[in-house]
Amino acid sequence: MSDKKNWPLYEVFIRSKNGLNHRHVGSLHATDEEMALENARDVYTRRSEGVSIWVVESRHIFASNPDEAGELFEPAQDKVYRHPTFYELPDEVKHI
Amino acid sequence: MSDQQILNLEERFQQRIDAEIKVEPKDWMPEKYRKTLIRQISQHAHSEIVGMLPEGNWISRAPSLRRKVALLAKVQDEAGHGLYLYSAAETLGAERDQLTRDLLDGKAKYSSIFNYPTLSWADIGAIGWLVDGAAIMNQVMLTRNSYGPYARAMVKICKEESFHQRQGYEIMLTLAKGTEEQKAMAQDALNRWWWPSLMMFGPSDAESTHSAQSMKWKIKRKSNDELRQQFVDVTIPQADFLGLSVPDKDLKWNEESGHYDFGPIDWDEFWRVVKGNGPCNRDRIKARRKAYDEGKWVREAAMAHAEKKKERKAKLAKSA
Ligand SMILES: [Fe+2]
Ligand SMILES: [Fe+2]
Repeated sequence: MSDKKNWPLYEVFIRSKNGLNHRHVGSLHATDEEMALENARDVYTRRSEGVSIWVVESRHIFASNPDEAGELFEPAQDKVYRHPTFYELPDEVKHI
Repeated sequence: MSDQQILNLEERFQQRIDAEIKVEPKDWMPEKYRKTLIRQISQHAHSEIVGMLPEGNWISRAPSLRRKVALLAKVQDEAGHGLYLYSAAETLGAERDQLTRDLLDGKAKYSSIFNYPTLSWADIGAIGWLVDGAAIMNQVMLTRNSYGPYARAMVKICKEESFHQRQGYEIMLTLAKGTEEQKAMAQDALNRWWWPSLMMFGPSDAESTHSAQSMKWKIKRKSNDELRQQFVDVTIPQADFLGLSVPDKDLKWNEESGHYDFGPIDWDEFWRVVKGNGPCNRDRIKARRKAYDEGKWVREAAMAHAEKKKERKAKLAKSA
């Protein structure tokens, strides 16, 4: 009963209103980008949740590996000097 | 990986769960956690899809245009819910087509409630009010489950569910305030849907096999019996308001516990329906198979069309 060719999987991103970023909302299957876009409208924006949709085939997303999150993100953790609170200024100095 | 390494990973996994850190798709997780979730999420997805059948039965016969557009929108939402959930299951490595085939082959379960027939228009009211009501109890709890994509799907679903329950209750309210005959219809629907709705929460805690582990992993946060009690407590006053009564002679308010006591559930009936012998089990699967088989040429043609389009585009790009 199985179809030989399954429709590829697309990831769906939606901008809920202008001024906000597109946000990942889920995925769906479609034969191509155009169908993915139309399906995304029906599946993810039935109540005007969006003003813009991006779809991208899931296999094109290159993601970081959670097992390597340590090496990837820890270097940022000891760089307190990247934050404004690191710098000590007297209270009298305003607007800075 | 050695057994000791896996043990360490499992321990760390549990610590993260205890600290309320959500699990995301590519994170390490115990195989059993993954399997439990795939089973639960896909069963949930199948329930949304099969759940369209009993209500779909009344779309063409809705008594007014207002009722018709509402029911149509509700049934369409259920299709959407099924899709959000399949999408969540796929993040765990499940394959969509395989999930569908498991349903069609009778290997996968779905909520037993949808194996009962919708005999009158009042059933559409009772389903929205009771079945969606019971589903909401469960789903609100699931918005806080430990697996990120599942929890996020639940948030979206819960936002949509409340209209389902309200449209159902409004139908019941209209019938209950109508003629004697209409009121009798509403009471009859309540009589038939009450017990199956209570069964939706699953076996009692003493009998429930997966519960302890699921609670520990925070896939579940309340027990079946807790949710069932919560449902009874909020629903009885709603039935009272309609002037209808639930078919349970043991039902009474317990001043001491602050809850309603209710009579024993017929678990034989529950298991009979789960095992495939409810009034509509065969019909439901037959309808799903028919849709799948008759849609086959459409799926294939759409794929072939997309490929042709791609080729044409490639050719055009080359000649340009
Ligand atoms: Fe639903
Ligand atoms: Fe619903």
